[in-house]
Amino acid sequence: MNTVIFRTTAPVVIAVMLVFSVFICLRGHNEPGGGFIGGLIAASAIAIYGMAAGVDRVRRAMRIDPLALAGAGVLLAAGTGVLSLFTGSPFMTSIWYELNLGESSVALSTPMFFDIGVYLVVFGSVSAIALALEAGREEDL
Amino acid sequence: MGGAAGWLLALVPAGVFVLLLGGLEAVAAGLPLRQGFDWVPTLGLRLSFALDGLSLLFSLTIAAVGTLVVLYSGAYLNGHPHQGRFLAFILVFMSAMLGVVLADSTLALFAFWELTSVTSFLLIGFDHRREAARRAAIQALVITNIGGLALLVGVLLLWQATGSWELSALAGTDIRAHGLYGAILGCILLAAFTKSAQFPFHFWLPNAMEAPTPVSAFLHSATMVQAGVYLLARLSPTLGDTPIWTLLLIVFGGLTLLWGAFGALRQTDLKQMLAQSTIASLGLLVLLIGIGNEAAISAMVIYFLAHACYKAGLFMVAGAVDHGTGTRNLPALGGLADQMPVSFIGAALGALSMIGLPLTLGFFGKEEMYLALFTSRLDSLLGLVVLILGNALLAGVAMVVMIKPFLGPLLPTPKSPHEAPIAMLVGPILLGGVAILGAVAVEWLGHDIVAPAASTILGEQALSHLGLAIDLRSPIVWLSILTWGLGVAVYWQAATIRTVLRRGGRAMGWTADHVFDHAMFGLIRFAADVTRFLHHGRLEVYLLVVFAALALVLLVPVIGLGGLDVLGSWAQGNWPANLQPTMPYLHEWVVLALAVTGLGAVLLAPSRLVAILALGIQGTAVALLYLLFGAPDLAFTQFMVEVLSVVILTLVMTRLRLDERDHRPLGEALRDGAVALACAVGVSLTLLLVLTGTLDPTLSDFFTATSVPIAHGHNIVNVILVDYRGFDTLGEISVLMATGIAILALIRGTAKAGSGAKRRAAKPVEDGLEGEA
Repeated sequence: MNTVIFRTTAPVVIAVMLVFSVFICLRGHNEPGGGFIGGLIAASAIAIYGMAAGVDRVRRAMRIDPLALAGAGVLLAAGTGVLSLFTGSPFMTSIWYELNLGESSVALSTPMFFDIGVYLVVFGSVSAIALALEAGREEDL
Repeated sequence: MGGAAGWLLALVPAGVFVLLLGGLEAVAAGLPLRQGFDWVPTLGLRLSFALDGLSLLFSLTIAAVGTLVVLYSGAYLNGHPHQGRFLAFILVFMSAMLGVVLADSTLALFAFWELTSVTSFLLIGFDHRREAARRAAIQALVITNIGGLALLVGVLLLWQATGSWELSALAGTDIRAHGLYGAILGCILLAAFTKSAQFPFHFWLPNAMEAPTPVSAFLHSATMVQAGVYLLARLSPTLGDTPIWTLLLIVFGGLTLLWGAFGALRQTDLKQMLAQSTIASLGLLVLLIGIGNEAAISAMVIYFLAHACYKAGLFMVAGAVDHGTGTRNLPALGGLADQMPVSFIGAALGALSMIGLPLTLGFFGKEEMYLALFTSRLDSLLGLVVLILGNALLAGVAMVVMIKPFLGPLLPTPKSPHEAPIAMLVGPILLGGVAILGAVAVEWLGHDIVAPAASTILGEQALSHLGLAIDLRSPIVWLSILTWGLGVAVYWQAATIRTVLRRGGRAMGWTADHVFDHAMFGLIRFAADVTRFLHHGRLEVYLLVVFAALALVLLVPVIGLGGLDVLGSWAQGNWPANLQPTMPYLHEWVVLALAVTGLGAVLLAPSRLVAILALGIQGTAVALLYLLFGAPDLAFTQFMVEVLSVVILTLVMTRLRLDERDHRPLGEALRDGAVALACAVGVSLTLLLVLTGTLDPTLSDFFTATSVPIAHGHNIVNVILVDYRGFDTLGEISVLMATGIAILALIRGTAKAGSGAKRRAAKPVEDGLEGEA
């Protein structure tokens, strides 16, 4: 599998996949997509990069341990739920805020950050598993 | 903190004591203090506490003895590396015990009850490097937890019978005629008997002597073991005064009294002797609750107070003797009165109260209990004999404890005898003093403490008639004198009695302790057998069981509950009509063909890797179907899952070092095929059955209508995931996270094991799997 073509094209494909995953995650509230799918796409990218470049390089490129990302995701998701307690409403009641930027406006909301939390958990957990599996495979080769 | 820790921390229970004293006047006037807040309002649960006569008696005792015990522990464990931990345990233990006696909510009572079991486990096993201490701790935990579970059941049944979670509300109800009375009584008695070490659950208490001495002093006098007595006293107005209650309490109480008293005389270890005599005293208390008339209950209250004072004091003295001489073995002790004069005074004060000489609290307790049984009825005469015998034996024990170590010739001991530090002497002296002071102020004590407590237990107003005057014409006094006389005889013949008892014990061969050990070993062996049967470590068998169970779960309801008939009538009735409008279009045929091709490729694949890839074809076809029928989100996810599962399965396969193909015997292949077929049929039938029903559109209509106005989102699937059912998603991602960690641990574990397996190169498939699992 570890061919020259694969190794050369992989970074490009992966970069596109990662950007696309973020795009999918953020547009999820109105179009097909969302944190779960986005996270899966990003994790596939990491898995492919792992095959192409080796686990050590992926880990160095990621800088953060994938499992730590997953943990941060759970915290972020739970944290958005806690936020609503400060407004006096029950846990996980969504809060919306329209941020006006000149002509257009961006909707910031707790569901969005919750979705980002989901993205991080899926991305982190699945990448961690994939990388661990690949690390074991490299020992054999 | 060192030595000052005890003095400082003793302020906590002392503060509690002073606080509780504040409630004295109101309680004496018959006005219990109540406090509570809503716990689970939807279930009608309140976390409520009440301070009435009974709980005041117990909580004052706990706080007072607690203060002295903390003070004592500060000195006793001075310099011990885990002194801080010990003091923390003992304070938690005390809080739990206070919770037990102050709780008005039955569930809170149960929670605190269990907390006392757990903290006493920590305390008994404090010296956890010794096996004996560990065993004693586990034994106490097991025995008292059997009772704890019984208490939970009893509390739930009480709720079932009365609809109330509050003890104060229970006191007014009468459930003696209720159908559940027997079950409730059984559960409550089991709880109380295990906690209070009644026969035949008495054996854990002497073993609990493995705990450091301050724990024993606390455990035996005011806390833990008294919880069972408290429970019986508390529920006496609700459950008591029936023939079965009276019979059970008197029989088991009386048995425990004699068993413990004789047990005490068998011992030569100072602490063991005191521990066995605690069992006897607990039996006495239960017996008195069983008798249940006014005199018996007020005797029980006074005896409880007297016992708490002298038993805590005597234990502290035993600890001081141990501390000062290095031994607790009675034959090795003697003539310490000159070297340890203060300890001697403490021991004497406690022992005099235990003997029940005039001018001590113990005297009044004894007088009252004789009064309670002094009638001409035959059964109460029998009770009286048991009481006198038990008291005489205990008096003999008290004399041994007081006289043997301190008087007579001085014997050589491991350490040269010296007096204990002051913090260890405050307790015995103060507690012994209380016995005398309480006797002097007996009228006040009777009015302010005993009568309110007795009223709570009786469920009706009780009056105190305690006075200092001793009437020599009363036959009761002569019974006391008889008791002392017998006690002196017991002391005189202590050595002979011990020899006889020991010979008898050896003749019996086994003890409850052995039974417990056998039961525990049996349980462990049984658990090991079950584990070996269910977990034999072969992955194939696990999978086979899981899938067979799945097939059963799917097929049994469909076939057993008439699902086939529904399907049959549906197929016959509208077969053409149902099929006609869903005739697939050409492109749908193509996708279906793709899926079938994929499946065929899986079956025909020459190697595992190809089979996995072919499975991907089939999955992709399903994703295409989703896309065609308007579920882009689902299709999207399915695509990604297909890609990832192919990647991850491939990676797993390369790690497993399996054969290219799976060669299995025909029998196994047929068996697995049958299970697979059953699963498939089950899934198909269930799905068809689901589709025969009409879909309830309420939820989907709601989501469609409110998705934009409420949740500001056009993608309903996503809105449901992150908004309407966000809490579920939060749970799911937490599970995903946990799964990730678990898989990582598994991979890392097998990576280590795998490096060993690598050397064993060519291995059969099954062994390889076992090695990985």
